[in-house]
Amino acid sequence: MLSAESLKRFDREVAKYPAEQKQSAVMACLAIAQDEKGWLAPETVEFVANYLGMPPVAAWEVATFYSMYELKPVGKHKLTVCTNLPCALSGAYHAVEYLRQKLGIGPGETTPDGKFTVKEGECQGACGDAPVLLLNNHRMCGRMTPEQIDRLLEECK
Amino acid sequence: MLEIEIDGKKAQVPDGSTVMDAAQQVGVYIPHFCYHKKLSIAANCRMCLVEVEKAPKPLPACATPVTNGMKVFTHSQLAIKAQKGVMEFLLINHPLDCPICDQGGECQLQDMSVGYGPMKSRYSEEKRVVFHKDVGPLVGMEEMSRCIHCTRCVRFGQEIAGIMELGMSNRNMHSEITTFLGRSVDSELSGNMIDLCPVGALTSKPFRFTARSWELQRRRSVSPHDSLGANLVVQVKHDTVMRVLPHENEDINECWLSDKDRFSYQALNSDERLTKPMVKQGGEWREVEWNVALDYVAHGLKDIARDHGGETIAALASPHSTLEELALLKKVVQGLGSGNIDSRPRQSDFSADGKRAGTPWLGMRIAELAQQDAVLVVGAFLRKDQPLLAQRLRLAASKRSKVSLLTLGGDDELIKLHARRTVAPSQLVNGLAAVVKAAAEAKGVAVPAEVAGVEVCETSRRIAGSLVEGEKKAVLLGNAAVQSPQAAQVQAVALELGKLTGAIVGFLGEAANSVGAYVAGSVPSAANARTMFEQPRQAYVLMGIEPEFDCANPQVALAALQQAKMVVALSAFKHAPALDYADVLLPVAPFTETAGTFINAEGRIQSFNGVVKPRGDARPGWKVLRVLGNVLNLPGFDYLTSEEVRDEVLGKGAEFAAGLDNGLNGVAVALAAPAAGLERIADVPIHFADPLVRRAAALQQTRDAGVPVARLHPDTLAAQGLAGAARVRVRQGQGSAELALQADAGVPVNGVRVAAAHAATAALGDMFGPISVERA
Ligand code: SF4
Ligand code: FES
Ligand code: FES
Repeated sequence: MLSAESLKRFDREVAKYPAEQKQSAVMACLAIAQDEKGWLAPETVEFVANYLGMPPVAAWEVATFYSMYELKPVGKHKLTVCTNLPCALSGAYHAVEYLRQKLGIGPGETTPDGKFTVKEGECQGACGDAPVLLLNNHRMCGRMTPEQIDRLLEECK
Repeated sequence: MLEIEIDGKKAQVPDGSTVMDAAQQVGVYIPHFCYHKKLSIAANCRMCLVEVEKAPKPLPACATPVTNGMKVFTHSQLAIKAQKGVMEFLLINHPLDCPICDQGGECQLQDMSVGYGPMKSRYSEEKRVVFHKDVGPLVGMEEMSRCIHCTRCVRFGQEIAGIMELGMSNRNMHSEITTFLGRSVDSELSGNMIDLCPVGALTSKPFRFTARSWELQRRRSVSPHDSLGANLVVQVKHDTVMRVLPHENEDINECWLSDKDRFSYQALNSDERLTKPMVKQGGEWREVEWNVALDYVAHGLKDIARDHGGETIAALASPHSTLEELALLKKVVQGLGSGNIDSRPRQSDFSADGKRAGTPWLGMRIAELAQQDAVLVVGAFLRKDQPLLAQRLRLAASKRSKVSLLTLGGDDELIKLHARRTVAPSQLVNGLAAVVKAAAEAKGVAVPAEVAGVEVCETSRRIAGSLVEGEKKAVLLGNAAVQSPQAAQVQAVALELGKLTGAIVGFLGEAANSVGAYVAGSVPSAANARTMFEQPRQAYVLMGIEPEFDCANPQVALAALQQAKMVVALSAFKHAPALDYADVLLPVAPFTETAGTFINAEGRIQSFNGVVKPRGDARPGWKVLRVLGNVLNLPGFDYLTSEEVRDEVLGKGAEFAAGLDNGLNGVAVALAAPAAGLERIADVPIHFADPLVRRAAALQQTRDAGVPVARLHPDTLAAQGLAGAARVRVRQGQGSAELALQADAGVPVNGVRVAAAHAATAALGDMFGPISVERA
């Protein structure tokens, strides 16, 4: 189901917790699985659950709770625009609109070429740089004016 | 101890109590949804907010620990405002569908909204909609928009049932209770979630929309199924049982019921109910009046006793019969000059009879299970045989007890185990002997000579270690141990282990009245449940027994019945195979339609009354037998009430049965030789264990009621050349059955797991006898 490489990373996470609490590694393992597969299919979640000896529905609770886990395939570049209050006040929805103009998709959608997905996200704890956008769960981009967005999209091409 | 004042009432509460505990102690009611005394604290509904002196905000009573000198106000302005606020939020997304909601009239949300909610809704926006889910035939999740996300159902699965089947996916306003990928909820305790759900989100599928709670009369009864004797509230409308709920009894079932206890009532209203006495004459069945039927029976049995001798008559009763029925049947049989009576149809080894020190029982009170430091369960399909005893052990194991299993299969008991060993049935004695030897070695005492020859494995040492160490410990013998061909030996070795380690030896108990059957004297002085068929008789009286499902060896039993001159079946059901071998069918009332007494595993005497009138011409078994006694002109059949029968057997007013003792006199321990070929391992599937549950429609649709498959260890499969086969034919004696094949590493090598008590396997022989397997 998952590559040997990912399983090795699993074990590194599992080793951080006492043996009888290995399900504590569920968030990390789901993230690793998503890294490899691009998204978390139910079977992937069940695989992780079985690996950690926990009920599949418990892993499912985690996978559906956190917005950075993808339960459907997403584009190569996932742009998560924070739309919580500080960002919203500083123009998050303008950023969403601008992305719609540029890419032709709204939140929750993926471009037909499978390159871009736009999502709405929750506070990234970077309100000082509002409006904030997160690229592929890892790269934080602040002050997303149209010019910045242009630059970012260019970079992703 | 801590001092606390709630609404001006002072109390002393133990350290670690919450405000909710304290309130309960002083008799102050604090509204709540997510809190439940048997579940962990979630504190997610916020309904229990109260004002605490010096705290700036209202605090949740269920999750706030008492501190010394704490002052709590549950009716202050602040508290009332908080409760109103929470109520308003809970109702925002709750549909206003009370008139069509099955929970109406017994809904905590409804009650609470009247008691604590605002008068009017200020919310005029759209409400959210949550889709319904199909999770099986018992628990209805049809209106999930009603869920208030208290997670009681989720915590029940995790903590009590031992298996988390429901979870809460997503978050905030998108949260929903769901199973993983729409799978079914299969726990044998699932019905309790319906009770726990404070709203109408989880409902009882069999009961839905058949009655309103205020139309129902509530009557106490006792479950007729497993050995627990769960206390029931049977709810009745128009003389029909509509629903069964638990009656809380901390000593027995706490506030739980197994699904079998809860849903078996459907069988009471089944079309298969026998409602008229029937007699077969010249191959034709005729419905007759009671006096005709009883005359016929009396004459028939008398003639046989006169012409062939009383010992050619035998009676077999179900251990689910009442004490009164069992006692009177015994009296009738005795009156006919026969000692052939038994009520242990699935037992095959009777060599302990006559050597027992007393009535076999649990060896302790049920509530004491939780206090054991170490428990070894031997030969049990625990979770399916005694679901709520398993639950007690599950909780005990999660706290302090070291629970070990010596089993015949790999079934997951959902208990945190200290150790587990699986052996073939023929090796149960040796498996237990290994623990004895290991215990002797651990204690540094001489190994009893009888067990010296056995090999000790690491697991046995681990089990022995837990039994030697602990203060309170028990060795509990399960149904399979009792049904095994070496039952007496298993018991003898268990007693040896008890002597060595100080462990109590107990029996989990097969049926609601297994203990009661001994007490009622329904044990043979001549032929037992096995020999009465092996040496065929002229006449049989069957009470609540369906031999193809209930006997250790249905083949032998059926053959004997076929050749008999007369077979009288006292039954609540018109059992199709009985129409073939029986000559008289007498409609006997099931537990809801008769007064009676069950004695549960711990020896507790529980009497109950009928809750509805008998169906048609069915009559309480004790009355039928009393009149039969009269027609037979037997002395001492003048009882006017069932209580008179009971008091004759038990004396007056006892709470527990006397004479409980698991000791054996003069059974020597001898190790068993390994069986030569394949041996059958037969569990009794939970929803086929007795005639009632076999006819409970919804239970019959559960996964537990699936058609049995043949399960073999992969190594056995390879050795038998069966690898890759999909279906097999299993054979015992003259009979065979074609079953789906499943490889199962939990089955001991050379074991063939084929369930008993099912139509698909009724043609087979001994539950634990030799068996052969071939490709189908
Ligand atoms: S379904 Fe019922 S018990 Fe389960 S969380 Fe919802 S309201 Fe609570
Ligand atoms: S609100 Fe967007 S980062 Fe905090
Ligand atoms: S009962 Fe206290 S928060 Fe639910």
